[in-house]
Amino acid sequence: MNAVLTWLFGRLPIGWLQLSHSRTRLFAAVAGVAFANLLVFMQLGIMGALNSSTVAPYSLLNADIILSSQEGNTLTDSGNIARAYMFQALGVPGVAAGTPLYIGNLPLSVADGSSISLLSFGLDVTQTGFVAASIAPEMGRLAIENAVLLDKDTRGMPADALASLATGGRFTFEANGKTLNAVGSMAVGGGFLADGMMVTSDQSFLRFFPSRNSGAPDQILLRVADGIAPDVVVERLRAVLPPENVKVQTVAKARAADLAFMATERPTGIIFGFGVFMGILVGLVIVYQVLSTDVADHLREYATFKAMGYDQPFFLGIVFEEALILAVLGFVPGLIVSIGLYTALNAVTGLPVAMVASRAVLVFVGTLVACSASGAIATRRLAAADPADLF
Amino acid sequence: MADNQITHPIKVQGLNHFFGTGEARKQAIWDLNLTIKRGSLTILMGPSGSGKTTVLTLMGCLRNVQEGRVGLLGHELHGASEAQLVQLRRRLGFIFQAHNLHESLTATQNVLMALQVHGRGNAAKQQVAARHILGLLGLADRADYLPQNLSGGQKQRVAIARALVSNPEVIFADEPTAALDKESGRVVVEMLKKLGQARGTTTVMVTHDNRIMDLADRIITLEEGRVVQDTAP
Ligand SMILES: Nc1ncnc2c1ncn2[C@@H]1O[C@H](COP(=O)(O)OP(=O)(O)OP(=O)(O)O)[C@@H](O)[C@H]1O
Ligand SMILES: [Mg+2]
Repeated sequence: MNAVLTWLFGRLPIGWLQLSHSRTRLFAAVAGVAFANLLVFMQLGIMGALNSSTVAPYSLLNADIILSSQEGNTLTDSGNIARAYMFQALGVPGVAAGTPLYIGNLPLSVADGSSISLLSFGLDVTQTGFVAASIAPEMGRLAIENAVLLDKDTRGMPADALASLATGGRFTFEANGKTLNAVGSMAVGGGFLADGMMVTSDQSFLRFFPSRNSGAPDQILLRVADGIAPDVVVERLRAVLPPENVKVQTVAKARAADLAFMATERPTGIIFGFGVFMGILVGLVIVYQVLSTDVADHLREYATFKAMGYDQPFFLGIVFEEALILAVLGFVPGLIVSIGLYTALNAVTGLPVAMVASRAVLVFVGTLVACSASGAIATRRLAAADPADLF
Repeated sequence: MADNQITHPIKVQGLNHFFGTGEARKQAIWDLNLTIKRGSLTILMGPSGSGKTTVLTLMGCLRNVQEGRVGLLGHELHGASEAQLVQLRRRLGFIFQAHNLHESLTATQNVLMALQVHGRGNAAKQQVAARHILGLLGLADRADYLPQNLSGGQKQRVAIARALVSNPEVIFADEPTAALDKESGRVVVEMLKKLGQARGTTTVMVTHDNRIMDLADRIITLEEGRVVQDTAP
């Protein structure tokens, strides 16, 4: 280790020698950095779960453009839009197909007496091109009255019955005075929006929600003709449809807008965003404490080096070396414990909390930068003082 | 380098130094004038608090000069830039009142630090030089020990080896023999004196040790920040 580092730095690996000199202090420093990592990972994980449950319903759809009511907030929190706009849109050059999407929250009581809600999509079962490939083959079965596809992770449903759906099992349950027939399952991975999701035919949907009418769906899905950019068609649609009533967006834009809305205009999003902010802040304070304590502990020794003719870049080199070592040694346990806690949280709450590579890289780079900056700030005292005052 | 022709590496004129600010401001050095010849061994004496360490650190680029002139190796220290100070410090050897070794480096590694400050260099040669000087100071069998496993006297000798290894032009020593027994204390000072005669190394040393006064070329006594006696035994 020493020989490698000596060759690498062209000097003795003082940062490493210093850190490894006292095992207990090294352990405390690494634990501090690991804890800072854990804190940030947990906050980002919860924020990430909110984001993925916001966009999870999009994973069931396959469309290019979405028409919504101007009163709506997100895909699943929308006002109604007149179906007539779909026919108008179909007349616009470049629009190849369209279908209405009905959305509702269906409350039901489950075995243990508690009540849950199912986020329900009602779709024309013949329009299989508008749903994700994973459920397109199942759409035909929904033509039967009151048949539904259920999210396999729905909370409150008998787990073995849900599991049996994938292997041809069937079961029925009551909601809103109707008997629903679960004929298949799907994986959505929702979480914050509802206890589970179901997809059914537009006909069944209107039976489950008697107050809704077929002329006023929640969203209108459009597909563009091959070889034409959705953005171009969006512009054409905006020119035709009344902007005060109809919001025209590509699906990608709608997804992004939903994420922004949930993060900035809903209490959960704001609270979780604040949690991320606090996590990063506390993490920074911990990392700064670790590095500045280390520099303070070695100030006398650094002052001696300064007296021998070492300059500020040399000391920065030492603290960057320490920053790198602590960032790596702290990141590994921080990451492992975080993945463990993500798994536990997911098992307990059913929220889609999971580690993603980009988040891990982001947190590592952030830790490295925070460690380096903290060390650099801590060495400023050394730069300002006369060596004789530090002995 | 033209500096080799310098006959007086240290020239101090009208040096005043103050500690503290406002009410607590206190003058520690009063109008000090001093010129020290190349290759000489000068001893600074005086009671505790008389300003010996202060003068030594002012001349050795370890403290900013506030008032007066301090010429070191042909460079004025008053108002010198940090970069100039860094360059000058590399030409000095300092032995501190406290040994000030780096706790996580072995004796040899501590000595190597004084060589590596001059650049990457030849690692094998540096090792040889570091172990050689430790050997001269009787530490051959302690070369790979950490400071925590050395006695006070051994640590002090490592610090001396570190100050001498890079052949400094001026050596400042603050009670270098305090932690040593009579025998090894004298050996160290004799080494410094021989360096002066052989290479023209100038040494300024603070000491209370009466047993080594006979080795000095010049003895300066300070009291309350002023020179009260200046003799050549
Ligand atoms: N950093 C400082 N801040 C304030 N006063 C100081 C400081 N360093 C030294 N002094 C004061 O300056 C005066 C000279 O101190 P100095 O350390 O130079 O004495 P010294 O001769 O080396 O003493 P000793 O033999 O005890 O080492 C003393 O009165 C001391 O209290
Ligand atoms: Mg002193």
